[in-house]
Amino acid sequence: MTHRSVEVPVVGRVEGEGALHIRIDDDVITRLELEIYEPPRFFEAFLRGRHFSEVPDIVPRICGICPVAYQMSAIYGLEELFEVELPAGVRELRRLLYLGEWIESHMLHVHLLALPDYLGFDDAIQLARGGFKDAVERGLRLKRLGNDLMAAIGGREIHPVSPRVGGFSKAVSPSTLRALLPRIDDALAEILDVADLIAPLEVPTFPRPAELVAISDPSGYAITHGTMASSEGRRWTFAEYEEVTTEIQVAHSNALHSVFTDTDTPYFLGPLARVMLNGEWLTPVAREAAARSGLQLPTLDPFASMAARVVESALALEEARRLIADYEPPDPPAAPVRPRAGRATWATEAPRGTLYHRYDVAEDGTIIEAKIVPPTSQNLRHMEKDLAEFLPGVLDRPDDELTRLAEMVVRNYDPCISCATHFLRLDIERT
Amino acid sequence: MSTPGLPRVAVFKMASCDGCQLQLLDAEDALLELAGAITIANFAEASSAMDDGPYDVTLVEGSVSSPEQLDQLRSIRERSRFLMTIGACATSGGIQALRNGRDIDEYVRTVYAEPRYIDTLADSTPIAEHVQVDLELTGCPVDRGQLLGALAWLLQGSVPRPPTTPVCIECKRRGYVCVLVAKGEPCLGPVTRTGCGALCPGMGRGCYGCFGPAQPPNTGELARTFVELGMPPNRVADTFRFITGAAPAFRAEADRIEEARP
Repeated sequence: MTHRSVEVPVVGRVEGEGALHIRIDDDVITRLELEIYEPPRFFEAFLRGRHFSEVPDIVPRICGICPVAYQMSAIYGLEELFEVELPAGVRELRRLLYLGEWIESHMLHVHLLALPDYLGFDDAIQLARGGFKDAVERGLRLKRLGNDLMAAIGGREIHPVSPRVGGFSKAVSPSTLRALLPRIDDALAEILDVADLIAPLEVPTFPRPAELVAISDPSGYAITHGTMASSEGRRWTFAEYEEVTTEIQVAHSNALHSVFTDTDTPYFLGPLARVMLNGEWLTPVAREAAARSGLQLPTLDPFASMAARVVESALALEEARRLIADYEPPDPPAAPVRPRAGRATWATEAPRGTLYHRYDVAEDGTIIEAKIVPPTSQNLRHMEKDLAEFLPGVLDRPDDELTRLAEMVVRNYDPCISCATHFLRLDIERT
Repeated sequence: MSTPGLPRVAVFKMASCDGCQLQLLDAEDALLELAGAITIANFAEASSAMDDGPYDVTLVEGSVSSPEQLDQLRSIRERSRFLMTIGACATSGGIQALRNGRDIDEYVRTVYAEPRYIDTLADSTPIAEHVQVDLELTGCPVDRGQLLGALAWLLQGSVPRPPTTPVCIECKRRGYVCVLVAKGEPCLGPVTRTGCGALCPGMGRGCYGCFGPAQPPNTGELARTFVELGMPPNRVADTFRFITGAAPAFRAEADRIEEARP
C-alpha cells in the first residue's frame, strides 16, 4: 500500500487560521478535514447582558475585514424589532458604507490573496517584484478607495464608529464624499483593467453542482434588504433562517458547519452566488467587467469567484458614484430609539456571503441571547465537499502542487476564519 | 522572499479579528516601500512563505486564549529579537476578555453543542502576561501611523515611547465640542489614552476606550459623573468593561462599581 500524507499546517493568505489534513491510501482520499483552530472568542456568550446600543461597537470586532457587515446585520435587525423610523437618507448612506467594504474586501482578496496563486508567486510583494508592479499598485489603489469611502462615513475603515441603532452619530458632509468622485471615475476605468488582467489566467475548471444562496431583493442588487433565495427555488425570510438551516458541530473544527435542515445538504454563499442569483441587477460597467474577465454566466464553477469579485467591485463603484451624486445628509443623522422586548432577526450580504444575526432582547434593551452565523462557517461544509470532489482529479500531482491546488479551492471562498466565531494547517497523508 | 542583509520581520496572530495586521495591508503605499526595506519572513495572512526565524522584529496580534497559543507564543519569543504587541487583544486581552471571571464551561455550552471538542483557556490574557514584550501598541485597531512609525524605530534598533495622554487633550487641540459636557453622553475620553486622534468625539459620540487607560486615569471621578448623568450602575460598570475592559485600571473600576452595588 502506498501511503501519502500532505500537511498544510497553516493555510496562508486567508483571514484567520486554519489547517487542512488529507490522507491518501492507494490513490484514494480516506480522510479530509478542514480544521479551524482559531480559538473560540465567545461573542454570543458575552453579548448577553449588554445593552443593545453597545452591539454595533461589539460585533464588528468579530472581523476586521468586514466590520460593517456585522454592524449592519445587527442594526437592521434591532431597528425592525424596535420599529424605528429611519430618517430619510440613512439607508442610502449605509449602503454606500457597505459598498466601500465590498470594494476594500474584494480588492484585498483579488490582489493580495488570490492573484499570487494564479501567477505563481508566494504573495503580492513577490508579484510586484516579479513584473506585476503596476497591477499590484492598481489593486492597492482600488482597495484604498474602498477604505477611504468607509473612513469618510464611519470615521475609520476598521471598526467604524458612526453607525448606531437609529442611524449615524454624525452624517458625513456632501463635500467630503464628492471629493472622492474623481477617484471613483478613475477606478471605474481601472476595474476593467483588472478584468483584462484576470481574463487570460489559467484557472482550473470545476463545474460541480451546488445550491447557491443569497439575499434577493425585487428592487435592486441585494445587500441589506430582501428575502433569502436559493438556486433550487427555496425561499425563506430572515425570521425563518434557523428553521431552514441548521448548524452542526464537527470534532475537527472550532467552527460550526451549516446545512439545509430538511435535506442535510450544504449550500454555497458569496459573490458568485449573488452574481448568479441577482445578475439581472448588474450595472453596465459590472456587465462589461464580466464580459472582459471571461466570466460566462451561468456558471457553478467556484473558480469563477475571483471574476465575480471583480464584477461586484465594478457594481459597487458604479452605485457609489450614483449614491454620492444624489447624497443629502440625513437630518437628524439618527432617529430616537425606544427598545422593546422581542426577537430581532436579520441578514445582510457580507463580502464573502450572507451573515445572519438573531438577538432576543428584554424590555429595557438588554440582550438576553445572541446568535451569529457568519458566512464562512456556513460555507465550510461546501468547502470540504469541493475538496473531496476536486482533489481526486489531481492526485497525480506532486505534494507541493497538490497543496497549492487545495489551498486555491479553499481560497475561492475567501474564508474569513476569524469570523467563524463559534469557529486551516494543510496536512496531506498518502499511503 | 528572503533578501540577505535586510531586517527580518514576522507577523503572528493569536485570538483576534485580524484588524491590526490588516492595518499593515491597508498601508497600501507604504506597504511596497516597506517591503523593499525588510524581509517578510512570516506573515500568514499575506504570504505563503513561512520561515521559522529567527526574526529581528516580530509583531504579535491577539490575546492568549488557548493552551496551544501559549506554547506557540513562547516559541515565537525565543526566535525574536524585538517583540512588539499590537492592538487591544494583545495588550489587554481584548473584547474576548469579557469572558474572564465568568463560567467558561457555560460559555462553551452556549456556543457549542459538543463542548468536549473545544480547547480553550478560561481567561483571555495579554501577551506581556506570559513573555517579555519590548513594545506595546494599544488600539482597537492599532493606529496605522503609530504602527508604521514604531516599526521604523524598531528597525533602527531603538524602542519608541507612544503617548499616554488622554483623548481629552486631543479633543481640546482639535477644538471638538465635549460630548460629555455638551451632550451629557458618557465618554471615556478623560481616562483613555490618545492614538486615534479623538475619533469618536469628532464623529459626535463618546469615546469607548479602544486605546486603553491613559496615565494616570481618574476612573472613579468619571464613574461618579456617569452616575450623575443618570446611568444605572451596571451600565457604568459595562462602560469600563468593554473593548479594553481587562486593562488593570478599567477592570479595577468596573469591579469596584459592581462590588458597591446593593
